[in-house]
Amino acid sequence: MSQHYRTLAVNSPSYYALALALAALALLGLGAAHYMESEGHWVTGMNNQIVWGLPHVFAISLILSASGALNVASMASLFGRTIYSGWSRFSGLLAISLLIGGLLILVLDLGRPDRLIIAMTHYNFKSIFAWNIFLYTGFIAVAGIYLWFMFERKMNQYVKVAGLVAFGWRFVLTAGTGSIFGFIVARQFYHSAMMVPLFIVLSLSLGTAVFILVTRIVGGLSGSSMKSEISFSLMRLLGILIALEGFLVCVFFLTGLYTATRYDVVLFVLVNGGIHTFLFWAGQAVVGTAVPLGLIFLIKTQPDTSVRLASAAISKVIGSFCLLYVMVIAGQSYPQLMFPGKQVRSTFFDGVVIHYAPSWLELALGLGGISVVGIIILVVTRVLPFLPAEAQRVHSS
Amino acid sequence: MSGHSENPETVDSKRRKLMVSAVVASLAGAGLNLVELAMAKTSSEATSKLVRWGLLIDTQKCGNGCDACVSACNTEHNLEDLGRPETDAQWIRKIDLVDEQTSHVDSLPMLCQHCENPPCVDVCPTGASFRRDDGIVLVDKHTCIGCRYCMIACPYKARSFVHESLTNQRSWSPRGKGVVESCTFCTHRVDVGRTPACVEACHVEGGGAMTFGDMMNPDSEISLSLKNEPSRQIREDLKLNTGVRYRNV
Repeated sequence: MSQHYRTLAVNSPSYYALALALAALALLGLGAAHYMESEGHWVTGMNNQIVWGLPHVFAISLILSASGALNVASMASLFGRTIYSGWSRFSGLLAISLLIGGLLILVLDLGRPDRLIIAMTHYNFKSIFAWNIFLYTGFIAVAGIYLWFMFERKMNQYVKVAGLVAFGWRFVLTAGTGSIFGFIVARQFYHSAMMVPLFIVLSLSLGTAVFILVTRIVGGLSGSSMKSEISFSLMRLLGILIALEGFLVCVFFLTGLYTATRYDVVLFVLVNGGIHTFLFWAGQAVVGTAVPLGLIFLIKTQPDTSVRLASAAISKVIGSFCLLYVMVIAGQSYPQLMFPGKQVRSTFFDGVVIHYAPSWLELALGLGGISVVGIIILVVTRVLPFLPAEAQRVHSS
Repeated sequence: MSGHSENPETVDSKRRKLMVSAVVASLAGAGLNLVELAMAKTSSEATSKLVRWGLLIDTQKCGNGCDACVSACNTEHNLEDLGRPETDAQWIRKIDLVDEQTSHVDSLPMLCQHCENPPCVDVCPTGASFRRDDGIVLVDKHTCIGCRYCMIACPYKARSFVHESLTNQRSWSPRGKGVVESCTFCTHRVDVGRTPACVEACHVEGGGAMTFGDMMNPDSEISLSLKNEPSRQIREDLKLNTGVRYRNV
């Protein structure tokens, strides 16, 4: 059976209201970035101790989501799950949009964003960060080619090959992102090989959840919804990925408790880390893991899976954001181990837990990046047929 | 018609003079540049792999309340106190260590350790963080994009990010908003045979706790001192082979 596609041909007030709101947020983010760059970073909550802050949490969330958002396309073209094939194009578009949004935040947070050309022309290949520049830009190219093969009838025969390359690429990409932290010997919390599998699985679960939410929003705009069998299948996939992620998070923390140099910082996050402890237990453990798993596997009275699915996806996104906040900030907040067995104090905040209060500028920049993702989706789906034509009409008999 | 007219010959003559002056000035400028180039040290003279600058700090001689090295560094590089300790740059700082078992207090200066295998250089995506042949680790302020990954990677928290526009900069120590920086071992002084400002201040105002010199020269004071008496590196487990060594920690 051939698959038919459609554009998001809607002229509803909600479409324009959403587009306007996203544009306003994007402009606010751009303004915040401009203010940060012209005044200097002292106007943000970041400083010489917390050098990566809320913008990085947003950026990493989007980058990981980008990789995971391609799950649906991979399932269709690589694993023979034809049920998903109608959503493959959209999956690719969402992946590219999320990556662009994440990279935009990262670039605009640089101390010298005007030197982007230097980042593109001067490479230190010993740096995992430099490799990530290739991985990110390469992912956009690979996903773009994948999309082209999906669109172009003559190239359809190569979709599986392109899908395989994209599948491999996103594993390496998320491994690279995890390595940015895992390679850091200076920070006890980051320095773990577990960062790599954890980031890979986190990307799969978070990306799937983001895909579910965005398709629901797009469906809401066009008055259609995902077929119930696809919803059900996605829900089970999301559940398995969340469970797997929960397992890896447990391993990450438990191995930390067994490592002498990491014991203190892991205990800090789990027990007495204030906001970090709260975000980990309430955000990641309860909202991000227990709630969606309960919604997916335990509550079966509600026949309509779409509400359960959307609720589970929202919980998952909130939980992952909390986890990434804890990972990025707590790793810097906790004192670096320089003199084991000594209490340390200095004018440079050695030996003390650093309090980080993000500014509205950082929040605006992060939300601006998300808005750009939304704008790309709204514009591109309006112009090109990215959505499956057979999506169920809401209220149809 | 204009009421004022000039003799065309006079105009031509003025133009000719101007052009001749411009050519002479250009040649003179180029000549001066050539002279300057001819007089300048070659890159191999400026830094050599046969030299490894190092600093030995004897914490027993480092006074608890003394911060002469810190003040000297701040003055030398104009690291101003802007009243925002979280974002103010600190290239060198005093750290007090209290032993958890005995309550014994040590005090020592912490600065860039000028590692042989510097993590900051490894992680820098553009290669802006680099190590000179003579072991001094620096930031190329023209290629640093301000990603701050080096700050995350430094085991000694020795780097600062310039969080604001700066004024009254020293010509020998240019700094820039949005760029990472750290101790330069006062290259502008070391390259002309002087010692870093902190070392000089420690000898004049402090307890003479700092010994600076070439660790590759077996007869230098620092080499002999390192050879004859015990010393240690901070985080020696990371095998960074630091250029800054400590005694009595």
